[in-house]
Amino acid sequence: MYGIVGYGSYVPRFRIKAENIANQWGADAEAFKRGLLLEEKTVPGPDEDTITISVTAARHAVTRAGIDPQKIGACYIGSESHPYAVKPSGTVLIDAIGCGPECHVADYEFACKAGSEAMYVAYSHVKAGEMEYALGIGADTSQGAPGDALEYTASAGGAAFIMGSENVAAEILHTYSFTSDTPDFWRREGEFYPRHAGRFTGDPAYFHHVLNSARGILEKANMKAADFKYAVFHMPNGKFPLKAGKILGFKQEQLEQGWVVNLMGNTYSGSSPTGLAAILDVARPGDNILMTSFGSGAGSDSFIYRCTDRLPQIQDLAPKVRDQLADRRIHLDYGKYVAYRGKIRVNEM
Amino acid sequence: MISPRYHREIPQRYRLEAGQCNGCQEIHFPPRAVCRKCGGEEFTTINLPTSGKVVTHTVCWIPPAEFDNQKPYVNAIVELDNGTRLTCMVCEAPPDEVTVGTKVEIVFRKLQEEPKWEVIKYGYKARVVP
Amino acid sequence: MTEFGELWQTPLRDLYAQAVNECLKDALVDRSQIQSAWIGCMSSGLFNHQEHLASILSDYAGLNGISATRVESACASGGAAFRAAYLEVASGASDFVLAGGVEKMNDGADATFCLATAADQEYEVYHGVTFPGLYAMIANAHMHKHGTTYDMLVEVAVKNHRHGAKNPKAQFPAEITADTVRNAVRVAEPLGLFDCSPVTDGAAAVLLAPVEVAKDLGKPLVTIKGSGHAVDAIALHDRRDPSRIPSVGMAAHKAFEHAGVTARDIDFCEVHDCFTIAELCCLEEIGFYEAGQAGAATLAGETALGGKLPVNTSGGLKSKGHPVGATGVGQIVEVYEQLAGRSGARQVAGARLGLAQNMGGSGGSSVVHILEVK
Repeated sequence: MYGIVGYGSYVPRFRIKAENIANQWGADAEAFKRGLLLEEKTVPGPDEDTITISVTAARHAVTRAGIDPQKIGACYIGSESHPYAVKPSGTVLIDAIGCGPECHVADYEFACKAGSEAMYVAYSHVKAGEMEYALGIGADTSQGAPGDALEYTASAGGAAFIMGSENVAAEILHTYSFTSDTPDFWRREGEFYPRHAGRFTGDPAYFHHVLNSARGILEKANMKAADFKYAVFHMPNGKFPLKAGKILGFKQEQLEQGWVVNLMGNTYSGSSPTGLAAILDVARPGDNILMTSFGSGAGSDSFIYRCTDRLPQIQDLAPKVRDQLADRRIHLDYGKYVAYRGKIRVNEM
Repeated sequence: MISPRYHREIPQRYRLEAGQCNGCQEIHFPPRAVCRKCGGEEFTTINLPTSGKVVTHTVCWIPPAEFDNQKPYVNAIVELDNGTRLTCMVCEAPPDEVTVGTKVEIVFRKLQEEPKWEVIKYGYKARVVP
Repeated sequence: MTEFGELWQTPLRDLYAQAVNECLKDALVDRSQIQSAWIGCMSSGLFNHQEHLASILSDYAGLNGISATRVESACASGGAAFRAAYLEVASGASDFVLAGGVEKMNDGADATFCLATAADQEYEVYHGVTFPGLYAMIANAHMHKHGTTYDMLVEVAVKNHRHGAKNPKAQFPAEITADTVRNAVRVAEPLGLFDCSPVTDGAAAVLLAPVEVAKDLGKPLVTIKGSGHAVDAIALHDRRDPSRIPSVGMAAHKAFEHAGVTARDIDFCEVHDCFTIAELCCLEEIGFYEAGQAGAATLAGETALGGKLPVNTSGGLKSKGHPVGATGVGQIVEVYEQLAGRSGARQVAGARLGLAQNMGGSGGSSVVHILEVK
């Protein structure tokens, strides 16, 4: 049996409401909120980035796993906002959680799919017998261009998963990836904000890959929507994942727990991984979970998990996603938000 | 360019590694060559606890240039659960949340990221626990 | 000593020479008689990109051939230089020894950055702590422990400016009101702009000689009765009680023992008011007041000119200025002038025994001298 032996999540405390962004740009706040099905999003503090988010989530994962971090044989962070253009995020992580120096480290990127691919590779190493434990993380502090639709949703957060074969809390039954070259969303070197192809990001990009990846894994597993307690899809906004879920035959109750976007925004590489963590926070032994990520460019990784008796023993050992979403939020106005996000040009030191 | 110094300090900044005197158990953060209590020269490496309370504090309104984007920020002396004290920023808190005795946890954050072409400096800060 | 202030036209090397010139004229001793110099300066390397001060400053003061040493102990550099000069004379090694101090802070360097090197670079400054921040934490601890109020700190600033208004060499020779102090921009809570000593250029120099030589110079005979010096943990978090500054107490204790007197015998003093709270802490550490009592005594006027124990009649660091390396020697100049009866409008009546206390950083080092007029 191979799967998740420990997991952790991190949600920043800062928030900005959709109406603060809408009012700034003279947009219809209510229309945006209805259209995106989103109330507010998380904002990373000026001292937070993908690395600090990854370290915090990873420490919670280690606590839940109850293992000596030295036994982790590989650490992968998947993100679209690695702090350096050249210098790995993963090396800071391993020295922060104390699992180096005997550790394989690589940084992953693939727009919003980078987290799930880090998880996939970590799982594969363990399954192949290469190492006892491996850590895969999805974390982001993605930027939305001022005044653009993505500004409402691009947010920050992350989740970490330790894969192993002992004391598995959520067994991975199947994986399936569906990928093609689809230019829906990109950022060229030197550009500060990404660009996207408008409505093309919908059916030909998101839905084509998510639906095919999900259908592919269901076929491979010979399962159908009704066999699952929970399903979580990548959440670029509130509407897309619910629509995808409905098309695949999932009901609202199956989608609710993992659907964190309305309060959190789109944490890019952290999106479906955080949704998965929110599900693991409450799932019971025997529950089946479907997770399908999506990364622009484009591709989707699917996983089917089955929860074990071990899961209830570890849920309470570290902060839960929905507790962090609700607790002690600090709301920012638009000025503070853009200052924290470094969108204001100041003199170089 | 501070790479050599930064690299040397990673065990302290990332993992709160301290030195405990083999002779009298006094804990030193950062580790030292000589025990300040008994003059001993043999130490064992330990990791400090990550929770504690505020001993004293201030709010910095006029920071040095590299911290300007974080002002006003709270600095505090924190006493960790094992009695060791350190100085750090208390992040996120509205300044009036922090007073003598406030309970805090140690978190991993960016300490400095200016100038923009230099290595980003990560380390410990404190965060109020409810 | 030179004027203390923003001396844009005077470079580092001339500041020291000017102080030496004035000192020699006052001492009626010829330059050729000087044998040795100890020069306090905290940070000429960072402020002016100039080290090797023993050489350059002696050269520009017309003192080539003497033995000279630059002394550094952060803001206690001047006091430490004075002590070294004293020990050289007391040991019998030399007859005429200069104790000088100088700092040229206004040459374009980032003063906050330079001054921060007096604290623990890696474990205090690295975390955004500034010097006002350290003393603010001391103030908060003092207020929490003793109920010290901000009004007490305000009175320190107002009093020192009242004294400094009578000092023609002071950087800010003007009185200020309590409201000015209270309403000033906050620097690190609870300290505001007027709780903090300024950034200053200046130099001071005194000449020491054995008593047998000095008494024949036709000047008031002011002797060094006690000298004490102590270092302590540099980081505030490594001291058990952050409302206290133990190095001051340790240095004062040694000085009192050496002098064979107690705090009660002192007529007036210059203490290191780098921040208003520092004056209160230092007075308590030296033993003039019980812990937590210096604030009330200040409000009651005890430490003002005309009070029971005039403190910082020069205007203190607050009003007179704080050219870091020069401050400790500047304090000796004030104590000397008072004992010699030359302080004019600032004169403490009947001054016979004075104390000067100089301190480095947040209390990592402290030097105390007790001087007596015979």
